[in-house]
Amino acid sequence: MQEAKQTPLYANHIKLGGKMVEFGGWALPVQYSAILAEHKAVREACGVFDVSHMGEITVQGKDALAFLNRLCTNDFSDMADGRCRYSPMCYPDGGTVDDLIVYKKRENDYLVIVNASNCEKDFAWMQEHAQGEVTVKNISENVAQIALQGPKYREVLAAAGTEGQLPEKPYTFREDIILAGVDCLVSKTGYTGEPGVEIYLRPEHACRLHMALIDAGAVPCGLGARDTLRFECAMPLYGHELSADITPLECNLKSFVKMDKPDFIGKEALAARPRTRRRIGLELVDRGIAREHCDVVDAQGRVVGQTTSGGPAPTLGKNMAMALVTLEAAEADELWIRVRDRLLRAKRVKLPFYRSVHT
Amino acid sequence: MIPRDRKFTKEHEWVLVEDGVASIGLTDFAQHSLGDIVFVELPVVGDAVEAGGRLAVVESVKAASDVFCAAAGEVVEVNAELEDAPERINEAPWEAWIARVRVEALDEGALLDADAYEALVKAEEEKA
Repeated sequence: MQEAKQTPLYANHIKLGGKMVEFGGWALPVQYSAILAEHKAVREACGVFDVSHMGEITVQGKDALAFLNRLCTNDFSDMADGRCRYSPMCYPDGGTVDDLIVYKKRENDYLVIVNASNCEKDFAWMQEHAQGEVTVKNISENVAQIALQGPKYREVLAAAGTEGQLPEKPYTFREDIILAGVDCLVSKTGYTGEPGVEIYLRPEHACRLHMALIDAGAVPCGLGARDTLRFECAMPLYGHELSADITPLECNLKSFVKMDKPDFIGKEALAARPRTRRRIGLELVDRGIAREHCDVVDAQGRVVGQTTSGGPAPTLGKNMAMALVTLEAAEADELWIRVRDRLLRAKRVKLPFYRSVHT
Repeated sequence: MIPRDRKFTKEHEWVLVEDGVASIGLTDFAQHSLGDIVFVELPVVGDAVEAGGRLAVVESVKAASDVFCAAAGEVVEVNAELEDAPERINEAPWEAWIARVRVEALDEGALLDADAYEALVKAEEEKA
């Protein structure tokens, strides 16, 4: 914990009684009250998360679009200003460097949001591959990020005081919105499966806005709930569903991999390398909990893959897992997961496990 | 309040011996550190356990933790209520015993009394 970096909201976490843990080099609360209560708050009302540990990298210049299109698997060519677009970023062999979101502010001016634990690696990778007139800057130190998530997020923002037009369409954003007196960039994005926004602002104002959102009714939520919420919605987590050894195609992210683009890093390998495994969802039939890195076994007793994430899906009241398995096993109705010395029976189910009814 | 009718381990289990049978559970400090408990993998009646061996596994939302057995002996009863209501350990840690073991050997030296355990908890809380 001594080594862990503090986000601009650290003082608030301590004041709110957050149980602090180290995550990706940062000191962050795993929970304040209890993970299940925080999870429920986001599904039914509104929760607020410190996501200041996420990395922010600007990509600017005449060749910014060409650069991003070469760097990432998605295509940003037809993006309008004020749009966000998700994309994996690959190594030449098709493995995944990271998954990220590109914000288009205006022509030649993009903001890229990357995972906290990958930020330095990503920044180095981007600098290494920058070609032409492109300036890549890591501005993470100067940006705080707060996620406000849940069906009542609009009420919370109204109560906290909002000046300006909030983004309404998913994956859009607006700049120069004043929230509780603080100038913010607000995007209609999130990692919980519920409607909500992610808010970018200067670090020195972060504690004030965070507290204002809590006073307006948002429940402070930690990393524990962030993980169970994203898990129910089957959103990939780098290091679990994606990694240098897992391609976006294996993770079922085909719609974010534009093989019709002229070129991008990893395209050749992704085209040449036949997919031998894919991500599936499993519901545990036997009592027990399967976490990541458990062997998945078929009816013949053969190991056919591994779980990538697993645990309780609190909204469903069931224990679920995501797994990478062979294409053949991915068709089976029933599989088994090895947990310690037991084999737990599981049935294959569709992903995501949960889909919000709210907008 | 830490009950004074039982002994404790450094790993935050409690042990209550009555008529040669040890009931074993998790302390309030343990349940609080683990957070919401969502599953308990109970032993099977008849299992032989070693002193310091694994008796059960308690799963919180985030992680699995072993429950160690301070006594060597045979499992004579398991708390089946925990199968459907594992949260009982969070709600009432001093009542929610996990399993009962007929004691063959008890390593008294490794067990703490209430005062010593209270001091241990205090030290851990200060560390956190």
